[in-house]
Amino acid sequence: MNLRLSTAPHVHHPVTTQRLMLFVIIALLPAAAAGVYAFGLPALLVLCISMASAVLSEFLWQKIARKPVRINDFSALVTGLILGLNLPATAPWWLAMIGSAFAVIIVKQLFGGLGDNFLNPAMAARAVLLASWPVHMTNYVAPTFFDSSIDAVATATPLVKPGTQLMDLFLGNIPGTIGEVSKAAILIGFLFLLITKTIQWQIPVVMVGSVALFSWMFGADPLAAILSGGVLFGAVFMATDYVTNPMTPWGQAIYAFGIGLIVSLIRQFGAYPEGVTYGILLMNIATPLIDRFLPRKIYGHQKEAKKA
Amino acid sequence: MMKKTFKRGVHPLHSQHGGKAPTRNLETREYVSDTVIISMAMNIGAPATPCVKKGDQVLMGQVIGNANGFVSVPVHASVSGEVIAVDKIPYLGNEPVMAVTIKNDFADTWCELKPLGNVEQVDPSLIIPAIRDAGITGMGGASFPTHVKLTFKEGAKCDTILVNGAECETHLTADHRLMLENGRRIVDGLRAAMRATGVEKGIIAIEDNKPDAIQAMKKAAEGRQGVYIQALRTKYPQGGEKQLIEAVTGRQVPAGKLPLDCGVVVLNTGTCAAIADAIIDGKPLISRITTVTGCVRTPSNLKLRIGTIVEDAIGACGGFSQEPGKIFFGGAMTGICIPNIYVPMAKSTNGIVVLNEKEGKSKEESPCIRCGRCVAACPIGLNPYLIKVAADKSDFEAADKLHVNDCMLCGSCAYACPSRRWLTPSFKFAKDKLAAQAKAKGGAK
Repeated sequence: MNLRLSTAPHVHHPVTTQRLMLFVIIALLPAAAAGVYAFGLPALLVLCISMASAVLSEFLWQKIARKPVRINDFSALVTGLILGLNLPATAPWWLAMIGSAFAVIIVKQLFGGLGDNFLNPAMAARAVLLASWPVHMTNYVAPTFFDSSIDAVATATPLVKPGTQLMDLFLGNIPGTIGEVSKAAILIGFLFLLITKTIQWQIPVVMVGSVALFSWMFGADPLAAILSGGVLFGAVFMATDYVTNPMTPWGQAIYAFGIGLIVSLIRQFGAYPEGVTYGILLMNIATPLIDRFLPRKIYGHQKEAKKA
Repeated sequence: MMKKTFKRGVHPLHSQHGGKAPTRNLETREYVSDTVIISMAMNIGAPATPCVKKGDQVLMGQVIGNANGFVSVPVHASVSGEVIAVDKIPYLGNEPVMAVTIKNDFADTWCELKPLGNVEQVDPSLIIPAIRDAGITGMGGASFPTHVKLTFKEGAKCDTILVNGAECETHLTADHRLMLENGRRIVDGLRAAMRATGVEKGIIAIEDNKPDAIQAMKKAAEGRQGVYIQALRTKYPQGGEKQLIEAVTGRQVPAGKLPLDCGVVVLNTGTCAAIADAIIDGKPLISRITTVTGCVRTPSNLKLRIGTIVEDAIGACGGFSQEPGKIFFGGAMTGICIPNIYVPMAKSTNGIVVLNEKEGKSKEESPCIRCGRCVAACPIGLNPYLIKVAADKSDFEAADKLHVNDCMLCGSCAYACPSRRWLTPSFKFAKDKLAAQAKAKGGAK
């Protein structure tokens, strides 16, 4: 008999990093399916390329850097899928590839790998692609729904134009990136993440509420503001990235509120039509500050303990 | 009645009988082994000194080890028979401990007992000395001498004695069975402690996963002066002293201080029953209920004589049902591993849990993904992920600044961690290092 000795605890919650990532992938599937349904096979191709190159980049980097290969934690797959969903269906193959490689190698691995990156990899990659190839990145077409009688029409902006119906916005009958078009599909994913306790409600709810509040204050239609662009997709799948958001519920609320403010400011007063990417990235940067300076009550300490 | 609880925490093994062993509906049965090995170091503080020698005949309840100073208790023979060894044995810690081995003659001849009678009538000043002489220590796991706990320092104000019937640990059902089968004894012990200290209010706190125990204790407490039952919402680590106080009274024990500093004393249910035995019957603490479960053929709650060897206790439960991979005393969240099955159980051993090969394997760590589950679990309100970074770098000063010394090693963070980080072991290491540093500094002065 060979008895093991170890320090307690001797049991663990069944959830693992791998399973959490898998839950995120499952939650993304409705949005991905809606995107492919709306934009056809090119959308599927973009998603496949971005996922494959994300996983391959991670594998190659970890081999070259002689680190343990951890592609089986599925985190690279999540990054690839999210980036793909953030591209227009018309994106050329190399755009998806460069984006994924940049996300995984530059944003994630160079800063220490999973858990050590201070920016959301997919978001940062999208920002870089947007700055480098703005034409490819904003080449949005109207959904064709596999109907060949509809010509793919290039449109200028994914944001709401006068005359767009809210129902169209909700169901995805609008031009936009692959993942963000169908709000219904995103909400299904959100529910799945909540039920499986993969994420808490704070970040998505506060962020969407904050966008509505500030759009209303700046004189826009709050409901249209929520349903257009990447607000819902960003709130559910990108702002909730564990690594780059604060650790406490209150910290997360501040973070999400800040994203809503920045998004509304950019949309209303900035040169860019869309601000979700920069809103999330800027608050990613603020995350360590929030974690550091948000006071926490520690059991048995009279004053709120100051953190080191 | 409103159910109370504390902040944060976890629900370990909630899907499997609410984390409990299949023993909760099984009546306690007595098991007496052929030989007992009684350790002299079963309490926090100074170990006892053996006062018998090899070849002596001892009676059940006879003192075999004398207390050394105030924070120490005497040790008694748990069987009658012949002393066959007085020697050092390897035990759970690094250092071997002194132990007396007695061969049981199965006559169970008691030594002369000095009962004090009804707890409501006994002279209160006799109670605390009797508790000390009966060798009673905290039976929930910490083994702090009970008479020390009940001896208040000058100016200390205590208004409540809490009886810990939370039993929040996984697997264990020993306290549960005690409450069902011997509730009156717990109330008697509580009343004795209240009268000895002059405290007016006694609250027996029980988690709501034991509704039968709540009912039984309510019945047992009927008509008893100042005794109340409080239901708690089930959550780990509710049975931690600090969490229990927070849950029931809403107070917090000041950092680095004792429960008494916020006017509360906490006693375990088993400790209360032992107090009652000592006062009413004059019997010292020589047996206790222990849950033996996991990979054994018939998981049971056994009433064991102190010093029963693990091998015998497992044999009394039909032996192993699978190849054991890990055995620990206590529940799965804070249990202490035993190196082999030849060690004896002690006064604080509330459970013997056997895990199989697969369950016993340590999990491999993967990178922290900052998911915040440790922060959401920590009942103290610490940032386990940050302390772990500091501890891994051996930066104990930083760990200290992050309040690692407020960590009570409950294991909630490590339980919740999806990356299987060894949080609690790192914190234990950091705390030990800091304690050693503080000691070295104190010595230098």
